[in-house]
Amino acid sequence: MQKPRYLELEGRSAGYYLLLVILGCFIAAGLAAFIYMEHEGHWVTRMNNQIVWGTPHVFAVFLIVAASGALNIASISSVFGRAIYKPLAPLSALLAMALLAGGLAILVLDLGRPERVVIAMTKYNFKSIFAWNMILYNGFFAIVLVYLWMMMERRFNKYSKVAGFFAFIWRLTLTTGTGSIFGFLVAREAYDAAILAPMFIVMSFAYGLAIFNIIVVAAYGWTQRDLGPAMLMKLRRLLGIFIAAALYFVVVYHLTNLYITQRHGIESFILLGTGEDIYMKVFWIGQILVGGVIPLLLVYAPRLQCRASLVLASVLVILGGLSQMYVTIIGGQAYPLEIFPGKTVTSSFSDGIINAYSPSLPEVMLGLAGVAIAFFLVVFAIKVLRILPQSLADRDVDPHYIAEKQTA
Amino acid sequence: MSDDTSLNLTRRQFLGTSSALAGLAIAPGVFLTKVAHAGDTEAATDKNRWGMLIDTSKCATGCNECVTACNKENGISGTHGPATDAQWIRKVTLTDKQTGYVQSLPLMCQHCANPPCVDVCPTGASMKRADGIVLVDKHICIGCRYCMMACPYKARSFIHEVLEEQKAVAPRGKGTVESCTMCVQRVDANRGEADKSKHVDPACVEACNASGHKAMWFGDLKDPDSEIATELKKHGGQQLRADLQLNTGVRYQGIT
Repeated sequence: MQKPRYLELEGRSAGYYLLLVILGCFIAAGLAAFIYMEHEGHWVTRMNNQIVWGTPHVFAVFLIVAASGALNIASISSVFGRAIYKPLAPLSALLAMALLAGGLAILVLDLGRPERVVIAMTKYNFKSIFAWNMILYNGFFAIVLVYLWMMMERRFNKYSKVAGFFAFIWRLTLTTGTGSIFGFLVAREAYDAAILAPMFIVMSFAYGLAIFNIIVVAAYGWTQRDLGPAMLMKLRRLLGIFIAAALYFVVVYHLTNLYITQRHGIESFILLGTGEDIYMKVFWIGQILVGGVIPLLLVYAPRLQCRASLVLASVLVILGGLSQMYVTIIGGQAYPLEIFPGKTVTSSFSDGIINAYSPSLPEVMLGLAGVAIAFFLVVFAIKVLRILPQSLADRDVDPHYIAEKQTA
Repeated sequence: MSDDTSLNLTRRQFLGTSSALAGLAIAPGVFLTKVAHAGDTEAATDKNRWGMLIDTSKCATGCNECVTACNKENGISGTHGPATDAQWIRKVTLTDKQTGYVQSLPLMCQHCANPPCVDVCPTGASMKRADGIVLVDKHICIGCRYCMMACPYKARSFIHEVLEEQKAVAPRGKGTVESCTMCVQRVDANRGEADKSKHVDPACVEACNASGHKAMWFGDLKDPDSEIATELKKHGGQQLRADLQLNTGVRYQGIT
């Protein structure tokens, strides 16, 4: 198989600049939201002393988890030696870094004291999973950047497998760290579970690949480059496996909680709802139906094997992922702390009640800005760097196609 | 031209004179600060473990004296409503689901020996002093609120707005997290006072005693002769969320 040829986007069309302007507008809106929140204080959002992490965190954690998953294609080619994915490995690494940058931007801009972010890098409490994550995030940028360099610089190509392996281990650790932000919280019924770390890893595969698929189809469609059915089929099947695996972890997580009497309250809250809250609907409709069942049908139904169905399935997986983060992060906080088992509790500080929350505009703007930052970085980078293969046609990427041609 | 010479100071003379004047100007400040912090000259040690005991049978439903006193002492006032206002201590009413028995108690930072908020804080801003008081270092708190996610008692508040007219003894700041300090300013002032009869309790305990309910004790859990240690030895005390084995510094009696 010949080496893939990479080529920058021409990037002079009105459409290209329009895309950058649209993304730039979202980023500017997010920055305006940040300045407003920073200047006034967080009371202008709907986050409060009960729901301390809100919509910005839903977007941020989703992007950080997806970042790790976006590296999947590169890992499959470097670590597991699947040749067909190799041409797309640089895009996979680029997207991983861009998504992480977008997610971290949200987290930092939502801090109560964002100007002190440097303190988070100079003073470490090594028992804090957050402090580990600071190292894991920074390390991820460094390692994936080196990996990308090894792949793009012909002289260093021979080291790309080693770099890829290291990046693979690092990103598994990174998502373990992200899942453990919640998994290590003993106080709340929805968290405090070791399964959250591997569950986040599997979900990262689905979320990252879903974003990757959309970018590949869009980039190749808009630039009229060849994207063959073999590559699309691979991406489709991979997405299906990851969606199914994520659903499996969700089932095990809830079954475990359903077995533990102490956790019947939170399970009833999420699975059955109280009639007044949206978490049950977001779980069943958003996470399970839109983010799991329908994309599985789109991926595997024989009559739906087209490019549009793959894109639709990917979009739905992203919406399902955001729903999952909403249920996990906000639903987990909305359910009251069980400080006094067997008691009905009332107080001036919302004890014993389901905490009310709905996203505010500044929060949504900040969250969307993180997404826009990630996409902006990708759209800009594929213009200035040779990241995208010139062709992903079967004749250029599919080893079976090439082998058949050679024997014929 | 002697007048001219007298004005024409050399560089060395000028620096010397101005240093002396500056010294004179700041000396009272330094001196007064020293006087004001006479109790702070020694660092907190693990010879003490400060704690509280709350007898819920004496805590009156509807009484809010402890909360009012805490707010006054530490300069906490409402701004944008209960959802975002800070509450270092709150009154909680419990109704037993089986029996319908109603009781009331104050709930605040439990000053755990193994505090989850300290475990999760990325920068070390959440910290436990050697004498068991759990505090937030406002200088290095980045406002991530992870400690609020981790606290099993929901004892912490985030400052959601710009604050004005703060108390010098309890500096607070927008964008940081805070909670009950056990009136650390009073605890530290006590350290400089050898006569124990002159020691002051945290504002909530003081107010509870003043109201006549006398439902709260404050003292050194490590001093076997202290009132709190004696009472705990005699009648015991219960931890909230004892299953987490955090070894709380605040104990309760009478939760049934």
